This record gives sequence, structure tokens and C-alpha cells, in this order.
Amino acid sequence: MEELYPITQYVNEEGKFTDDSIKEDLTAELVHSFYYNMLRIRTFDRKAKSLQRQGRLGTYALFEGQEAAQVGSALSLKKDDWVFPTYRDHGAILTFGANMPKVLLYWNGRAEGNLHPNRNIFPPAVPIATQLPHATGAAWADKRKGNKNVSITYFGDGATSEGDFHEGMNFASVFKLPVVFFNQNNGYAISVPIEKQMNSKTIAQKSVAYGMPGIRIDGNDIFAVYFETKKAFDRARNGDGPTLIEAVTQRFGAHTTADDPTKYRDQNEVDATRDQLDPLLRLERFMKEQNYWEDKWVQEISTQINEEIEEAIVEMENFPKANVEDLFDHVFAEMPWPLREQKEQYLQSVRSDQ
Amino acid sequence: MNPVAEKSTVETSKTTRSLTLVQAVTDALGTMLAEDNRVMLLGEDIGKNGGVFRATEGLQEKFGEDRVIDTPLSEAGIVGSSVGLAVNGMIPVVEIQFLGFVYPAYEQIATHVSRVRMRTMSKYTVPMVIRAPYGAGVRAPEIHSDSPESLFTHMPGIKVVCPSSPADAKGLLIAAIKDPDPVLFMEPMRLYRAFREDVPEGMYEVEIGKGKKITEGDDVTVITWGAMVPVAKKAVEKAKAKGIQCDFIDMRTLFPLDQDIIAESVQKTGRVVVVHESHETTGVGNDILSIINKTSFLYMKAPIEKVTGFDVPVPFFALEDDYLPTPKRIGEAIEKVYTF
Repeated sequence: MEELYPITQYVNEEGKFTDDSIKEDLTAELVHSFYYNMLRIRTFDRKAKSLQRQGRLGTYALFEGQEAAQVGSALSLKKDDWVFPTYRDHGAILTFGANMPKVLLYWNGRAEGNLHPNRNIFPPAVPIATQLPHATGAAWADKRKGNKNVSITYFGDGATSEGDFHEGMNFASVFKLPVVFFNQNNGYAISVPIEKQMNSKTIAQKSVAYGMPGIRIDGNDIFAVYFETKKAFDRARNGDGPTLIEAVTQRFGAHTTADDPTKYRDQNEVDATRDQLDPLLRLERFMKEQNYWEDKWVQEISTQINEEIEEAIVEMENFPKANVEDLFDHVFAEMPWPLREQKEQYLQSVRSDQ
Repeated sequence: MNPVAEKSTVETSKTTRSLTLVQAVTDALGTMLAEDNRVMLLGEDIGKNGGVFRATEGLQEKFGEDRVIDTPLSEAGIVGSSVGLAVNGMIPVVEIQFLGFVYPAYEQIATHVSRVRMRTMSKYTVPMVIRAPYGAGVRAPEIHSDSPESLFTHMPGIKVVCPSSPADAKGLLIAAIKDPDPVLFMEPMRLYRAFREDVPEGMYEVEIGKGKKITEGDDVTVITWGAMVPVAKKAVEKAKAKGIQCDFIDMRTLFPLDQDIIAESVQKTGRVVVVHESHETTGVGNDILSIINKTSFLYMKAPIEKVTGFDVPVPFFALEDDYLPTPKRIGEAIEKVYTF
């Protein structure tokens, strides 16, 4: 099966073309945006981890190692498209245009963290695989409206074992909907390795069951991710239905800040793979090889990114305190009496403390 | 075709038609499909076949395959994709073939349908209806006869409605489809074709959250809903022959319950029998007791009696008549509270 689903790659670990058919589509601007966006979300991810360690952020899901998969897939989305992420895809939504202070707020337990202006970003799915049918439904609505929008949904290797994976994929193929199922196969569902998750050698092959195109890509090669996802979006926009993409990648860190990965894998071994697998390092090598790299430019964007993140942290930390009324006010359009009574009673008790 | 939210104003017709409950459901669905292009029906066998109970008979033919959709056999897929449809501007009305088959979709309902408004502070909402026939007494195979309303009344963010008559079924279903929040709409399958009633033509709504007084009486309050209404009615009529006058209430909505109609009646009678088909423990009857405790404690003249399904799985049909509340059991409870 693996030979039927070879890993699509344009640029290898050394930063050299293994397939230069995309060469004419490359512009300095595009290559720079790849690096800028990957550096931006990596810096954000590391900063968020340290904020959690300092007690300034709640439990946080890390994505270091998956930057090419997240940036490459989100970069060619259009403004009115829909994104259905999981709790590990804030790199993708930040690239799509999510509001950074809001992303931080979300990880600080605030519902306001799901309100990204001018973007169709659904709140991250916490149950596994439930977002696949959602993306299918949103794409269905756009198909009915007759526009050219697409939906993309992100999910991990563990999600492919859930029933909703099957139900969402099957619906999308039956109704030929403009949706891209973007799997990041990072090798682990918390602690369970892929070989214990499934007996199939690839995730891409599962597409056969639904009669949709399935492709396997090097998820650490941003060129493969960007161009192959873009092709899938184009197919969806042209009415040719859904695609399953398996981006083979890895997370270098823990499942979340509450997880200790040393219990299930040798972290030294993982760290030793960085030289070959780190998507930023690969792009850096490519850029140096192809003369896109300028130290001065990298310094400039690093400074700019750090400033943006610091400002986002300030904005998050200065955000008005959570309003207790919100506990009751967003359950129904009109508050039924049980909530009304509970709210009145509770607010009275809160006021009596003040 | 571009669905738009344009509303035509429909004058409620003075003319009526004599319909069964299931025909009233079809009438409501057809009325809303015609009224609002965003409305879509999704379900297994609802299109060409018109639904296993014929609740969607003729609708696909009339409104087309992109409005009345035969879906794959996939409850979580139906409900999950309806979440996406709803947040992106549609009004999905889902048929689950039997409420006992809703369990695969339970995760979607518990973690998304009921919470999207909360998670997005009302930026995204899920105006969705999940319709399903429920209840025992029709000699159906296993699992087909469950009454799992408590699994939903306990779930914040979703309303639960259960009509017992054709006219209420139509008005409540239209109200449910127009409601900005998700509604579980339970249809008592044993009443689908049990009797006919005059149902107004065209557009009208019965308010969600309001019960209905079926008979007036000063002695005992009898409270029930859905398929148990005709069963309790027999007991109420028998009691009347014995000189016990019952205030007989059809709740119609199980969340939010109509606490005013309960309190008003209980404060008059001081004696209460609550009847429901679902199991006793954690049944909606307990919420009714809690309302009585809160509103009418000092008016009570007797401990409240409950007549319910037992705390056993809904049995194979050879024993379903023993599982279900009967006029006899309800009558005994009425006498018990009356003579206390």
C-alpha cells in the first residue's frame, strides 16, 4: 500500500529540490512568507509554553514540528473560506488570520478566545474527529449558496479511528462537497504510536473507501504542503469534491503542557531527528541554497514577530475580567426561566459578597 | 439556487383539515420548506420513500433533492454535518428514524449542537431541529421504543418538545423550526395515526415552553405529555365517574417546563399524580416535583405519586404492556392521593 501512496516531496531535508516542477511558481515573496509565517507560529508556540510554565496561561497544546503542515495548508485559503481546527491547530488559524490575543485568551479559559473578527474559524474541536462532519456541513451550505468557498478541517492520526472520521468523509464524498480533510500524521495520539492506532500503512489509502483522491505528502516540506493543498482547494472550488491529505510530520514536544512524553518515547531520540525533520531548518537550507536568505531580513522579522507576540500578551493580560453574566447569557437566544432564576440568585449572592 | 432569508407573510388560514399526528408533522414540514429556503430536511429514507412512518411523504418530489435529502445511514454524520450547515446559514431539520437510534449522534448533540452558542458567545448558533418518533406500545423491535428525553433535558442548550395531538404537533414543529436554538422534537409514534383532529391550514405556532390544560378539576392534578396523554385521559375519565375531578395537564414542552401551569393547578388541588413513559430515576417527573416543592410546598395535601416506566431497559414487546403505565396504574395513583 505504501508504494501506492508515495510521499510527495519537492524539497528534501538538505533543502535541495527533489522535484523542481514548482520552480516557476516560486516567487521571493512566497518563499519569504513561508519562512515568516513558520517562524511566527514557532515563536508563538514557544512563548505560549513558557507563559504556561509561569502560570500565565492554562494547559496548552504544543505543535512544534508541525509548522510546515499548518502554514502550508492555511496560506492559500481565501478570506471567506471556513476552517475547522482542533486544539493543536492554532498555528494554522493564526496563519489564516485569527486574532493572536484571542488565541491566547482561548488558552486562558476564555470563550472570547473563539471570536476572530472577519474570519470563519470554528472553535477548536476538543472531542476527537467531531469537526469532520462540521466541515462537511459548512461546505454543503456553501455549495447550496453557489459560491466558491471551501472548508478545510484539521485532524490527527488518532482521529482516523473515530466513527465521525468515517461519517464526515462519507458524507462529503456522497454529496461531492468542497472540503479538504487535512490530516497531520504526527505519529502519536497522546502516547499511542501510529502502529497501535491502525493496521493500514498510510492514512491516505483510507480515501479509496470513499472514492475520493487521497495524497500523502511530506508534512515537513512546506512546498509539498502548500502546492498539494492548493490543488485540493482548486478541485473543491471547481466542484470536483473533497480530498484527503495525509501530511506526514511529527510533534517534537509533549501532547500538551500537562503531558510527560518521556513516559512513552525517548525524547533524546526525538531531538536527534530535528536536524533531518525540522521544517524551519529545511526551509532555511533551501533559502540559503537558492539565495533567498538574508540575515538582516531574518533579524527584522524576528524582531517584528517578537513585538507582535509581546503586544498580544499585553492585550490578553489586560483584557477585561470574565463577566459572570456570560455564564448564563449565551446558552439560549432567550433565557428560559431555570437559567434566569439561577442567574438572579447567583448574582444576588455575588453582590452580597461585595 | 441561492437560499435567502426572505420571509413571505402567510395569513393563518381559518380553514382546517382533519389530520392525523403524522400528517400534521408533514404539513408543518411542507409549510416551513415553502416559507424559508434555508430549511433543509435530512434523514435516512426520508426522500423517495417519504420516511419509514411517511412523515416526509411527497416532500422531496415537491421541494427537490437538495432540500429533502436521503442521507447515508449515519446519525453522527447527519447531526454533525447539520452543525456545519446551521453555522453557515441553513436551517437543518433532521429526522432520526427512531429516538432509540439517536445514541451515535449523542456526542455531536452533547459537545456541539447544544454548546456552539456558548462556545462562541452567540457568534455562531445552531438553529436545528432533531425530530424522532419515540416510545413503546407499537410492538416494534428492540431499541425502537426508548424514551430518552432525560438525556436531553439534562443537557444545557437544547429545548425538548413533545406534542400529543395533531394541531399541537404542527404548531410546535413550526415554532421549533423558527426557534433560534436547537430543539429535540419527540413524536409519539403510537399516536401517529391514533386519531384525527382539525388542524388549521398554513402557518401558525404553538409556543414552546407552554403546557395545556385538557380538563379542569379541583381534586387532583394529573400531569403528563406525549404518548401518555390518551392513557392518562382514560384514568381521568374513570376517576370522574367516581366523582374525582382532575385538573389534567399536557406539558407539551419538557425543557423548559411550564412552571406556572403546574403551580397554578397544584395550589388549587394540593394533590398530584405525574405520569411518564420513561424510567422513573432521573425522569422529567422529578423536575416537576422540584417545581412543586419550590412553588407550592405549603399547598400540598398528599405526597406526590409518580406513575412511570420502570427502571429497566424498555423490554421486548411481549412485556411492553407491563412496562408501560396503564389507565389502571394511573387510576390507582389518583385514588391514592385523593384518599390520603
